[in-house]
Amino acid sequence: MRERLRDDRGTLDMLPYPALLGLAFERDGDEVRLRLPFEPALIGSPERLHGGVVAGLLEFAGLAALVLALPDDAPLPTLKPLTATVDYLRAGGMRDTFAVATVMRLGRRVANLTAVAWQYDHSRPIATAKLNIILAAVSESEPAG
Amino acid sequence: MSDAAAVDAEREARNARFIQRFMDGVPHLKALGIGYHAHGDDWAELVLPYSPSLIVDDGVIASGAIFSLMDSAAGFAVFARLKSMAGHATLDLRLDYLHGPEPGVTIVGRAICYRLTSSVAFVRGFAHQGDPARPLANMAGTFMYGGAA
Repeated sequence: MRERLRDDRGTLDMLPYPALLGLAFERDGDEVRLRLPFEPALIGSPERLHGGVVAGLLEFAGLAALVLALPDDAPLPTLKPLTATVDYLRAGGMRDTFAVATVMRLGRRVANLTAVAWQYDHSRPIATAKLNIILAAVSESEPAG
Repeated sequence: MSDAAAVDAEREARNARFIQRFMDGVPHLKALGIGYHAHGDDWAELVLPYSPSLIVDDGVIASGAIFSLMDSAAGFAVFARLKSMAGHATLDLRLDYLHGPEPGVTIVGRAICYRLTSSVAFVRGFAHQGDPARPLANMAGTFMYGGAA
């Protein structure tokens, strides 16, 4: 993902799950904004995005923000989701959805982030998330990750 | 067919329609390959078969796919307890990822709706890969139902 995020914009189709969601990104300096283009396969209940899709978007916004926050000249640790708490504020409609995440604290072993997803307007979020992600040095990570 | 058998058959048919309506109404479940497993008066189990299209790294299933599995299992558990598919919306959902899922193995998502108030359904549950005593994720959440959230 780090290689991909060196560009100003692109897709995250180097991995199957974000490719299935169709996730794209735009980078503006240190901030990376994810875009989830609407597809009928993302619907969970009539005319609404599935809650799990919104959670997946928020989690990837968190991973992208974390990758950019980590020092570029050191090996990228294995990033393992530890907890994800999503508040659903408004129904996600049948249109593109955006998300950004903020690293609240970057520790040696764990990072705490918040993420927000919106459709029409950043100030009217459809969901927010609190994400805790474990940073495992490559040598100490389990084979199954 | 005896009356009792007819009643049973009718209940079975109603049950099958309930399950079919739930699974057909959620296109994203089809996209992820999530299927029905079992349900009772206040609980439901859905399954997420292993698929290379859902992995993020080293063959590991994306946490987002597990989130979708648990959100839908929780929604089904709420329907099961309400005995209807009344409009409902997830208010919040938390997943603790206890260990990485084993590649190649189906994930079972079990949810229980353990309390209902006049507008809120409380759910909890977990995901496992065959041994419920060794869950790979724990879930807790709330849903609003019956009118606008």
